[in-house]
Amino acid sequence: MRNCDLVVAGVGGQGIILASRVISYAAIAAGMEVRTSEVLGMAQREGPVTSQVRMGYGLFGALIPSGHADILLSFELAETVRNLYLLKPGGLVVTANTAIVPTTVALGLSTYDREALLAHLRQTVPDCVFLDADRLAREAGHVRTLNSVLLGALAALQRLPVPTDALRETLLSTVKPNLREVNARAFELGCREINTH
Amino acid sequence: MPKKLLMGNQAIAYGALLGGVQVVAGYPGTPSSEIMATLAPLAKEYGFHAEWSVNEKVALEVTAGAAFAGARAFCTMKQVGLNVAADPLMALAYLGIKGALVLLVADDPGPHSSQNEQDTRLFARFAKLPVLDPSCPREALEMTRYAFDLSAELQLPVIVRPTTRVSHAYQDIEVEAAYHPLPVSGFKRDRAWVALPTTARQRHPVLNRQQEQARAALTSSPFNEEFRNRAENRTGVIACGVALGYVREALALAGLDQTVDVLKIGTPYPLPQEPVYAFLKRLDRVLIVEELEPVVEDQVISLAWKKGLTVTVCGKHDGLVPREGELDVDRVLMAVRTFAGVKAEAEAAAAATAPALPFRPPVMCAGCPHRASYYVFKKAAEGLDVVFPGDIGCYTLGAAPPLKMVDTCLCMGASITVAQGLYWAEPHRKHVAFLGDSTFFHTGLPGLVNAVYNKANITVVVLDNHTTAMTGHQPHPGTGQTALGEPAAAIDIAGLARACGVEDVRVVNPLVPGKAIREARAALEFPGPSVVVMNQPCIARAKTGNTRFEVGRPDLCAGCWVCVDELGCPAIMPGDNGPTVTDKCVGCALCVHVCPSGAIRRMRPQ
Ligand code: SF4
Ligand code: SF4
Repeated sequence: MRNCDLVVAGVGGQGIILASRVISYAAIAAGMEVRTSEVLGMAQREGPVTSQVRMGYGLFGALIPSGHADILLSFELAETVRNLYLLKPGGLVVTANTAIVPTTVALGLSTYDREALLAHLRQTVPDCVFLDADRLAREAGHVRTLNSVLLGALAALQRLPVPTDALRETLLSTVKPNLREVNARAFELGCREINTH
Repeated sequence: MPKKLLMGNQAIAYGALLGGVQVVAGYPGTPSSEIMATLAPLAKEYGFHAEWSVNEKVALEVTAGAAFAGARAFCTMKQVGLNVAADPLMALAYLGIKGALVLLVADDPGPHSSQNEQDTRLFARFAKLPVLDPSCPREALEMTRYAFDLSAELQLPVIVRPTTRVSHAYQDIEVEAAYHPLPVSGFKRDRAWVALPTTARQRHPVLNRQQEQARAALTSSPFNEEFRNRAENRTGVIACGVALGYVREALALAGLDQTVDVLKIGTPYPLPQEPVYAFLKRLDRVLIVEELEPVVEDQVISLAWKKGLTVTVCGKHDGLVPREGELDVDRVLMAVRTFAGVKAEAEAAAAATAPALPFRPPVMCAGCPHRASYYVFKKAAEGLDVVFPGDIGCYTLGAAPPLKMVDTCLCMGASITVAQGLYWAEPHRKHVAFLGDSTFFHTGLPGLVNAVYNKANITVVVLDNHTTAMTGHQPHPGTGQTALGEPAAAIDIAGLARACGVEDVRVVNPLVPGKAIREARAALEFPGPSVVVMNQPCIARAKTGNTRFEVGRPDLCAGCWVCVDELGCPAIMPGDNGPTVTDKCVGCALCVHVCPSGAIRRMRPQ
């Protein structure tokens, strides 16, 4: 099986690291080597978070070279665009259409142009899947299940080197027992969103 | 053995366990903190001693003492922490140890979360101590375990130096927790443990001889490895530590993996001679790839000169490899292409230019009590000429707009002392030092004693949020809890300040802003050193109730935007008709105080 380089991106507190871990655990269970890298330390305070996951055989380092990621899974629109430089030509983007506007915009120190971001993605990424992930998460029962929605959608696209069922099982064994049901629902909604469109 | 996904720092902790560690001490600092976080529960399980020490100097001395008694000791910190511990370190190299002492110093090239990107390998060379430089989490585990044996063999402290991309990377690792401590031989009275000029004169030549013993030991270590391709190859790359992966990938991407050989160096100081010489002598040109300082490069140059080799050595000195910042595959690819004289493939037509992206700096949490403390002092200082020296912690984020309450930040504890220097230069201005509780214990306290003793008329504000928040909420001497989560004496900061002779000491709740502003003003007006303890737990730790606020009376909102412009709380965002409070609000009520129109109200439970 070929190697897979994945970037998971978003804003601190969105559940990015958990999504990255679930994919890594599933890849290990499937017998692959895994390397991940992220900069930890100030993540809970609204900053951008990027987790790079490399899965496969004979891996080198933990950092993905620019233009080499197979997949960009993103929880936030501006962060999707911020991390596009890592994606290889023809790579897949799965992104929530969520916009998290930072305080600097409120203070007039920078701008957030949601429409321009969407247009840029449509124009430059042929293989870009947009998800109304926040709505689906709420539909599943909790906004915090955003990561499960996105994992479900990514699994349904069948571009990861791990099967959908394995990913679902890993997810459900990673979250707290009392949150299994709501996350299972979120995962299903993510899957269904892909399969019915 | 089961395969686990382990973070580099967790792997290091397992390495220490397998190395038979008996005493662990450290001070939190990114990217090193998770090592202790992993070891503390293991300490409970296996019965060794683990502690968060008050600072890095203390931690190193605690572990040194344990090693003097013959125990295997382990000390953890980040790179700048080693500066604090430099005094014991330099003398320890002369004294040597019994047992074993492994010093784990996590470097932060970039830097991602440090005030500089100093290279601990250079420090090791300065201190004349062996240093190991892991290329990945799995090797970090092996190296840490090995370092204990090497330290025991050489009777010298040994440094293990991972970087952020090792400490915070994850990898699939086969590991089984096993703990087989050796008996502690016990402290034997001996003049050799007493660092005196006579001891130093005797020990310095011994230490110099030990460099050669260390070099010999590292030569036979498994951490230097040649990746040779073809016998006729005449160019090579020496890849150090974490750069190994970048080098091998960059060579593959440049199509050079068959024609360029690689020597991996995991033991940068003292550099083993045989493997390097064997590699160099069949090459015409070699590129040295290492992050930060040319530690290996300089040793390679001197080796080549000594052996009369004509090999051309490329790297930092000819500008091929950057001397600052973190390396990655992209940067190394550029270096190997230039080195090998191959051109990059033609770039694809430039993609459409991306729209401007929002600037997203980390900010203090919604409801963070530091925001309130800064606001309180900003108000209290109105009309006065005040300078605000700051310190290191979450509260350094108060440097950003709109608060802009951090005028200086140098190193741990320096707020209090820099304030004194500023005061002696400009006694007509008021100087207010801000520092956190953990930082106060770390190195703030001697500065406070100095202020009282030397009569510096400054105000010290201790932002006491009952934790070391920035690095992941570790306990400290003020929290009443040990690293193992057991109850301990909680050392009272206000009491300490009084005991230091500060006459004006106040404990204030920053979330009652009206009263807090009056107290702050009184402290500012006190003639002599004063201390204000801003007492309110970190909101990221505290249990928050369901209280939330909203612009409950939009009709009253005058559209003045002071709530946004003065606080920068991430829960207050521009809405369609003026500011709106989002569900990030945790109910600190600070904005209620700030709003001049009374438009912000407690949200009624639905
Ligand atoms: S973690 Fe605690 S101290 Fe740090 S910004 Fe958040 S509330 Fe403030
Ligand atoms: S009460 Fe106001 S200042 Fe406090 S967290 Fe909520 S919105 Fe932010």
